[in-house]
Amino acid sequence: MTDMLKSYRFREERESDWRKLDRILTRAENSGVKALSDEDMMALPHLYRQAVSSLSVARSISLDQNVITYLEGLCTRAYFFVYGARTSMGERMAQFLRVDWPKSVSGAVFSTLLAALFLFGGALLAFFLCLQDMDWYWTFNGHNFMETRTPDASVDDLLATIYTQPGDVNQDQLTAFASFLFNNNAQIALFAFALGFAFGIPTAWLLVWNGINLGSMYAVFWAKGLGYEFTGWLMIHGTTELFAIVLAGAGGFVIGGAVAFPGRRSRLASARESGQKAATIAMGCVIMLIIAAVLEGFGRQLINSDVVRYSIAFGMLLLWLGYFYLPRVRPSA
Amino acid sequence: MNARAATSDMQVNIEAARRRRARIAEEQRVNKMVRVLVTPEGAALHLKLATAAERAGAFAMDVAIQWAIVIATLLGIGFAASAMGFRNWNVAFAFWLVFYFFIRNFYYIFFEIGRKAATPGKRALGLRVASRDGDRLTANAVLARNFTREIEVGLPIQFLLMSGDQLSAWMALFGLAWSGVFLFFPIFNKDKLRVGDLIAGTWVIRAPKVQLMGDISQVVASTPRSSMYAFTPEQADAYGIHELHVLEDVLRQSTAEIKSQVATRIRTKIGWASQTGETDIGFLEAYYAALRRRLEQRMLMGDRKTDKFDVRR
Repeated sequence: MTDMLKSYRFREERESDWRKLDRILTRAENSGVKALSDEDMMALPHLYRQAVSSLSVARSISLDQNVITYLEGLCTRAYFFVYGARTSMGERMAQFLRVDWPKSVSGAVFSTLLAALFLFGGALLAFFLCLQDMDWYWTFNGHNFMETRTPDASVDDLLATIYTQPGDVNQDQLTAFASFLFNNNAQIALFAFALGFAFGIPTAWLLVWNGINLGSMYAVFWAKGLGYEFTGWLMIHGTTELFAIVLAGAGGFVIGGAVAFPGRRSRLASARESGQKAATIAMGCVIMLIIAAVLEGFGRQLINSDVVRYSIAFGMLLLWLGYFYLPRVRPSA
Repeated sequence: MNARAATSDMQVNIEAARRRRARIAEEQRVNKMVRVLVTPEGAALHLKLATAAERAGAFAMDVAIQWAIVIATLLGIGFAASAMGFRNWNVAFAFWLVFYFFIRNFYYIFFEIGRKAATPGKRALGLRVASRDGDRLTANAVLARNFTREIEVGLPIQFLLMSGDQLSAWMALFGLAWSGVFLFFPIFNKDKLRVGDLIAGTWVIRAPKVQLMGDISQVVASTPRSSMYAFTPEQADAYGIHELHVLEDVLRQSTAEIKSQVATRIRTKIGWASQTGETDIGFLEAYYAALRRRLEQRMLMGDRKTDKFDVRR
């Protein structure tokens, strides 16, 4: 058998191992690490190293294209498997809730304050402008015929939007409306996060604009002497929702700051590092908005007492503040 | 008569040189998409980046799948609700909206966090997401790269749908141009990064599954006819590595007709007289084996003959 090509002999000796690695990887990719036997797990590192060294040898001695592309593919798959993450979804979620989320939020205090300043600054501005002259309301919000909560509405009309009347037929519409709002808000939060990439400027604008909406609406109720009631209506879910929007904006500012002022690192490396941190915050925002939507859709429609509304609002706020900012004992592992 | 033959010869040469240049340019273009990843073992893996077109194709597929899911569930909820005599459309609609929200925002995240690091669309095109520095792909990176989709795709669409008077039309146009920068970002950088990839530290590579096929050089050696094909060293030197790879492709995947055409051209080129009982495929396989043996021998001596024009010795 001296007639065989050297490259073929090389291949013949190793082929069964390559195929074995291929089988193990296919099984792992299709049904997860748990589908692998102990034997497979033991064999894997050895097979992987062998395939990688086969690849470098094959590149220098073989001209069989198929063998080389096969090995390239095999080694790439094996590399990602061997060095890839193997934590399960449940572990990842636990890690996110226990460590990653509060850590990333408490690490971005400055951005959070900045975002809060933009949102509430916008709200205060609009509030005082509207109180002085209600025409500002129309400037900010435009004329929308669907909107009943306008300066032209009577006190009773406004009250009706705050409290659920006994035997109200509109409950279901409100459910739909709540989930619509929740869709909308979550999208705004993600926008605020993603727009941070453009140095955070659009994020700031989005926060101010949201604040103006809030502030002008507030002024409408305040002018009619419904400030106390409206606050209860708004804040039962608002402490959670506004907090989430502020945090989404903070996420945007974290990225914007990293892109604008990368410090000693390259702009790209800086964006990458802060981007992942900010993404954690944004993911948390989506969770907060889901909770806010539940409070809004169910809590607010079912609870008509101002005192209960206020206590839920403050309870949620304290809960979030404690969760994010209370120093906690970490196991020194 | 002679002069005319010389002219046509020259034309053939010019044409051949032009094609060779085009081929080399194409190879260089393809090589630009290759990134070398050095594993901790010190071996180099060649990762091929996905082209912008492949990315767009995968995305189109994913969008189609998302819409299919969303519409199917809308119809499903509608039928189920009416079959049960359920009149509360708003509640059903609210459920569907929440579902729509999850599909819209978590479809990509769900699949990319998964074992294959690819959405169904990417998987269909043999693509996957990977971390740029070769580390493991973290969940945070997947979140970061997908939350930005909202501005890359959503923003241009929003500006596109914006309507109104002339002023807001200008605003929309300006917004469209501005947001278009995000949408077309992957075309303008050498790594084909989306804004999301940039922020997350990821890129998308091609990792198609290749089947290991038989070695062509062994087909002839295992038949008793092998002695019939004895090529001289000159004949085996007629072509280079590029032609060898083309021949491999021809043998592996083309039709019998093309194979016979190729066999005829090779026979003419190397001056091979057909022998009795010789088939085109048999000849091609034998010549492939001889050529590969010769080229691999030369390669071991550090001499890569890239193509038939490469006549360094």
